[in-house]
Amino acid sequence: MNQTSRAPGTADGKTEIRKTTCYMCACRCGINVHMAEGKVHYIEGNRDHPINKGVLCAKGSAGIMQHYSPARLNKPLLRTGERGSGEFKEIEWDEALELATGWLGEVRRTDPRKLAFFTGRDQSQSMTGWWAQQYGTPNYAAHGGFCSVNMAAAGIYTMGGAFWEFGAPDWEKTELFMIFGVAEDHDSNPIKMGLGKLKERGVKVIGVNPVRTGYNAIADEWLGITPGTDGLLILALAHELLRTGKVDLDYLIRYTNAPWLVIDDPEGSGHGLFARDKEGVPLVADRTSGKAISSATPGVKPALKGRFELPDGRYAIPVFELLAQKYLDPQYAPAAVAERTGIDADTISRIAGEIAEAAFEREVVIERPWTDMKGERHERMIGRPVAFHAMRGISAHSNGFQTARALHMLQILIGSIDCPGGFRFKPPYPRPVAGQPRPHGGACADTALAGPHLGYPRGPEDLLLEADGETAQRIDKAFSWDAPLSAHGLMHMVISNAHARDPYGIDVLFMYMANMAWNSSMNSSSVMKMLTDKDENGEYVIPKIIYSDAYSSEMVAFADLILPDTTYLERHDCISLLDRPISEPEALCDSIRWPVVEPDRDVRGFQSVLLDLGARLKLPGMVGEDGAPVYTDYADYIVNHQRKPGIGPLSGWRGEDGDKTGRGKPNPDQLKRYIENGGFSQVHVPEEAHYFKHANRAWSDWAIEHGLQDGPVENIFQLYLEPLRKFQLAAEGKAKPVPPEHHRERIRTCFDPLPTWYPPFADDGLDEDAYPLHAITQRPAAMYHSWGSQNAWLRQIHGENALYVPGEVCDRQGLETGDWARVTSQSGEIRVKVARMDAVNGSTLWTWNAIGKRAGAWALDKDAPEATRGFLLNHLIDELLPPKGDGRRWANSDPITGQAAWFDLRVAIRKDADQTTGQSLPDAGAQKSPVGQGPANVAFGRGKTA
Amino acid sequence: MTSLPQSTEKRLGLVIDLDTCVGCHACAVNCKEWNTGAGASPLADTDAYGADVSGAWLNRIHTFEVTPADAPAQIVHFPKSCLHCDDAPCVTVCPTGASHKRSEDGIVLVTEDMCIGCGLCAWACPYGAREMDPVENVMKKCTLCVDRIYSDSLPEEDRIPACVRTCPSSARHFGDFNDPESDVSRLVAERGGIDLMPEMETRPVNKYLPPRPKTRSERATPSPAAPAASAPKADGFLGWLDAALDKLG
Repeated sequence: MNQTSRAPGTADGKTEIRKTTCYMCACRCGINVHMAEGKVHYIEGNRDHPINKGVLCAKGSAGIMQHYSPARLNKPLLRTGERGSGEFKEIEWDEALELATGWLGEVRRTDPRKLAFFTGRDQSQSMTGWWAQQYGTPNYAAHGGFCSVNMAAAGIYTMGGAFWEFGAPDWEKTELFMIFGVAEDHDSNPIKMGLGKLKERGVKVIGVNPVRTGYNAIADEWLGITPGTDGLLILALAHELLRTGKVDLDYLIRYTNAPWLVIDDPEGSGHGLFARDKEGVPLVADRTSGKAISSATPGVKPALKGRFELPDGRYAIPVFELLAQKYLDPQYAPAAVAERTGIDADTISRIAGEIAEAAFEREVVIERPWTDMKGERHERMIGRPVAFHAMRGISAHSNGFQTARALHMLQILIGSIDCPGGFRFKPPYPRPVAGQPRPHGGACADTALAGPHLGYPRGPEDLLLEADGETAQRIDKAFSWDAPLSAHGLMHMVISNAHARDPYGIDVLFMYMANMAWNSSMNSSSVMKMLTDKDENGEYVIPKIIYSDAYSSEMVAFADLILPDTTYLERHDCISLLDRPISEPEALCDSIRWPVVEPDRDVRGFQSVLLDLGARLKLPGMVGEDGAPVYTDYADYIVNHQRKPGIGPLSGWRGEDGDKTGRGKPNPDQLKRYIENGGFSQVHVPEEAHYFKHANRAWSDWAIEHGLQDGPVENIFQLYLEPLRKFQLAAEGKAKPVPPEHHRERIRTCFDPLPTWYPPFADDGLDEDAYPLHAITQRPAAMYHSWGSQNAWLRQIHGENALYVPGEVCDRQGLETGDWARVTSQSGEIRVKVARMDAVNGSTLWTWNAIGKRAGAWALDKDAPEATRGFLLNHLIDELLPPKGDGRRWANSDPITGQAAWFDLRVAIRKDADQTTGQSLPDAGAQKSPVGQGPANVAFGRGKTA
Repeated sequence: MTSLPQSTEKRLGLVIDLDTCVGCHACAVNCKEWNTGAGASPLADTDAYGADVSGAWLNRIHTFEVTPADAPAQIVHFPKSCLHCDDAPCVTVCPTGASHKRSEDGIVLVTEDMCIGCGLCAWACPYGAREMDPVENVMKKCTLCVDRIYSDSLPEEDRIPACVRTCPSSARHFGDFNDPESDVSRLVAERGGIDLMPEMETRPVNKYLPPRPKTRSERATPSPAAPAASAPKADGFLGWLDAALDKLG
C-alpha cells in the first residue's frame, strides 16, 4: 500500500455528493458534501454556487469536525444544579415542550412583554421574527445590535443598502479598492476571491486598519489608523476631493439630495428640514431664475449653492452648499487630522489624489443604453471605478453610524455607487427607508403584534415609547431616546436591563445561538453574575431561561431548559430574500439547507421546534381554525408559508408548475427543485438593469415583477439625512415629542444630518495617562467565534490567543513575547500572555476574538489551552460607561443605533509580577459538561468518523 | 538508501503567490480533509480535545513579521508543504525505499507499508515538510493529491490538488514546470518565482512568487491631488462650482 492506494473520493462507487449550504460562518457558501456509507467524509466548495464558485475556506473544510463534534448536545436538558454549574438531567421532548409551552403560555396570557426572545447568529430571522410577532412580545431581535448595525443602518438610510449582503465591489472593473476596518471575516470567501482578481489585474488595494494581518497584509498600502478615527480620515479625503473639485456634479444632481433646499430659519421649528411643496415633494432652486420649484419638475436645472427665498418667505440653502462648507472647513484638512488618525497629511492628500485619478481619469464606460426612473434614456453606462468595503472596524464604535455614513458620502461624491467599477447593489437591494417598515411595539395579552418588530424610524414619532414619552417599550430600549435608529435591536442590553428590571423585569428569557454567558456579551463576568443573581425570595432575578444550541456552549450552563438543535448538515434552512440574502449584483439568489444526514441523536431543528411551540400555544398563523398545526415542520413552512400572497421564504420554482420566480403560489416540489439545482436558485438580472439600480427603470420593473417590491420606490441618496435633523429639532424643543433633558445635548451634537465625526464616548473624561492604549479584537479567518472551539482541526490553528502588543509599548513596559501581563480598563482587569508585534498601530493592542473558553464547555478537557491561556477581551468592556457628573451611566453604544461600541475600549498594560502561574484571568471556574469530554484521538478517514 | 531518477518526464508542482496569500488556512484544512480520507491511513490527531492537541498536516501556514529598517513592519503568510525537490534528500536518506520520487511526474511519495517510521527523511528535509502520523507512526507528506490529478472519476476541472481547488484568493497554482507554456512556468517567469532556500541544493520543484513592493505611506513622495484645470481657483470652491455647472449645461 502506498499513499495512492485508496480510491479517490468518487471512484469506489460508494460515494454520493449532496449539495447544500455551509454554516461554518455567515458567508453561506455552496458545498458539496461527499457521503460514504451514510457518513460525511469530505466537503468541498460547489463550483456552480454564486457565492463561492467552488472555493471553500478553512472553516468550511473543517465542517466535518463540527458535524461530528463531541460537544453536540444529545437530548433536551433540564437544569438540576445551580445556574452556571452545568448540572442537568436529560428529559424527553414531550416534557421539554410542555414545560416551555407552560412558561410561554402563562406569559402570553398575562403580559407578553415578559418574554424576551432573542436569537443570535440566526439565519432564519424572518421566521423567528414572525413567530415573535404572532406571540405578541415586543422583545425580539437578532444579534445585529452587537455586530454591525451601524453599517447596515447607515447604508439603508443613506442609499438603500450597505456592504456585504447589500452590495459588493465591482471586482472585474474597479481600478482602486480601499477597505476600512475589515478583518478576515465578512464576507469571507467573496472578498478573498475578489482580492485574488484584483491582484491578477494589478489593481491597487489600500487597507485601513490598526492591524496589518490578513487582507491588510497583502494590501499594497496599509494605513495603520488609530481606532475610532476612520471618520476623520474619510472626511479629510472628502475635504481634499472638494478642495480639488473632484466630485461628480452630474451624478450628485441626478441621484442625490445635493440640490434639495434646506430651510434656513434658525429660530423656526422648520430649521434644517427640507423645503417641500404641498404634496411634500422637496424643493430645489432653479439655477437660472432662482425660484424654488419641485425637485420633480421635468428638466429642472437645480442650483447647488446660494440662498433662495421660499414661497412662504423663509429662506433655504441647497444641501450641497451646506456640505461643501462643512467639509471644506480647515478642521477637516489633512494636516488637522493627521495626529489624531495617525496618518500623515501628505499620505491623506496623496490618497485623495489617487481616488480622484482612478474615478475621473480612468472612467469605465459600458456601451449599453438604459433608461432612468424619470424616463430619460442614457446611451451608455459611465463608471467611476473606485470601490470601498468596510466592516466592524469602523462600525463598532460610538461614532460608527456617522463614520459609515461618511464613507457612503465619499462614495457618492465621486459617483461610484452602482456604477461600473464601483460598488454594486445586490438584489433585493437597493431598498431605501421608503421601502422599509417602521418598528412595531405595544403588547396586549393573547394578541399578535401589529407589524414587524424591527424597522427604520422616520423621526421621533416612530419611537417605541410609553405614554410618558420617555420610558422604553422594549426591554433592550431599542427605538427609545437611548438608541432611536436601532434597526437591529440591542441584544447586548437585554440581560443587563432585565437584571436591573429597567424598564421592567421579565419572566422568560428565550435565546437561540447566542453565547451571552461568554463571548457574545460585553463584560462576560458580570453577565454570568446577572444570570445567576437571586432576589430577596431566593428566586433568580431572571426567572426562567430557555436556550437552544447544538453544542455544549458556555450559555448552556446558564439556562434552565435546553432544546438541542441539529448540526447544519442535519437540518432544513432557507437563506431567504426576506431575511439576509445571498444574491450577487447580477443575480437574484437564495438557497436552502436540507438534511444531508439524519441526526443520530434525539435533537430537533430549532425552527421546527419553534413552530411546534407556536402550535401548542395556538399562535395565529400556526394553527388552523380547527386548532391543528398549520405546518408539520420547518420544511413545510419554507414551502407553504406566504408573507404576502405569492411571496414566501424561497423565490425559486414558485407556482404550481414551478415556473415562477419571486411571485407565485407555493409549489409542493420546491425543495426538491432546489436540491436538484445544487441547493440554490439563481435568476439573472437583465443586462440593462445591471447598474444604476437606484434609478434604473428596467431594474424597477424587474424587481416588481419578481416580488422584490410592490411598486416603484424612489431612491434619492440622502447625503443630508432629514430624520436625524428631526431628532435634533426635538432636542432643541422645537418639535414633539421632546426628549428628556439629559438626552438633549447628545442628540444635538451627534445627530448631525450631514456625516460627522466626534471622539468615541469612552474617551470623554478619560484619564489618557491612565489608559493610554486602545484594545480591539479581530476574527481569525480560520475560526469563527465560539462555534469552532470544539473542532479538533481548527483548534490546532487557534487553540489559544495572545495579546499582540506594539514593539514600542513592549519596550516601554519591559515586555517580551511569552510574558504574562495585566491589562486594565476602567471596568476590569485581565491577565494574559503577550506577543510582540510591529505591524500594528503603535497605540493599539489586539487579540483574536472568542478563542478563550470556559473550562468544561465545548467538551474540551478542563486543561485545554482555550481555558487556561485563552482569554476574552470582553471582561474589560462594560455595557455602560463610567458615571458622568450627573451620576448617570450612558450605554457604551452608538447613540443613534445603539450598536455596542466594542472597539472604543481604552486600556493600560503592565508586566505581571507573577511570571510563573500559567493561567489567564479572570478564571470563570469550570462548568460540568453535560456531554462528557471528547475522545483522546481522532483518526478521521473514510467511513471512520471517530 | 533510495536513488532518485536522473530526470522526470514531467515536473509537477505548485506555484504559491506570497503577494496574494491572506493566510486563511483554507488550503491546509482542505488538504487535511481530503488526505485523511485518501491515504492508506488517516491523518490522525492526538489529544484532540485536550491540553496538548497535535496532528498530522501535509500543508501548514506559517506567518512571519518582517520589520525592514526603512519601511513599516509587514506580515507575510507562508504556506509550506513538500516541494517535490529534484534532489530530494528525503528520498536518498530512506533506508527502505518507501520514500521515492516518481520518474513520470516527479512527485515524491511514501509507500506506507514499506515505511518503518524511522523519521530519517524528516531529519533530512530542510523544509520540515514531512509529518509523522502520531497514531500509525508512518511518515506522511504532500502527494500533490496524486489520487485527484489522475482520477478518471473526478470531473476534469477537479483533477488538481485539493489545496489549489479550494484556495479562495487564487494564490496557489498547479502544473508542469517542464512545460514552458504552462501557467506555472509563465507565472515564475513573469513574477520572478524563487526557490525556497536554494543554498540547500535540493532543487525544489515548487516555486514561490515574492510579495510585490508596497507603497510606503510614511516615506512616499507627497503628490497631493493636483488641481485640475477645472479645480477651484482663487475664488474658492463655490466659484468653481458655477463654472463646473455651466459645463454640465
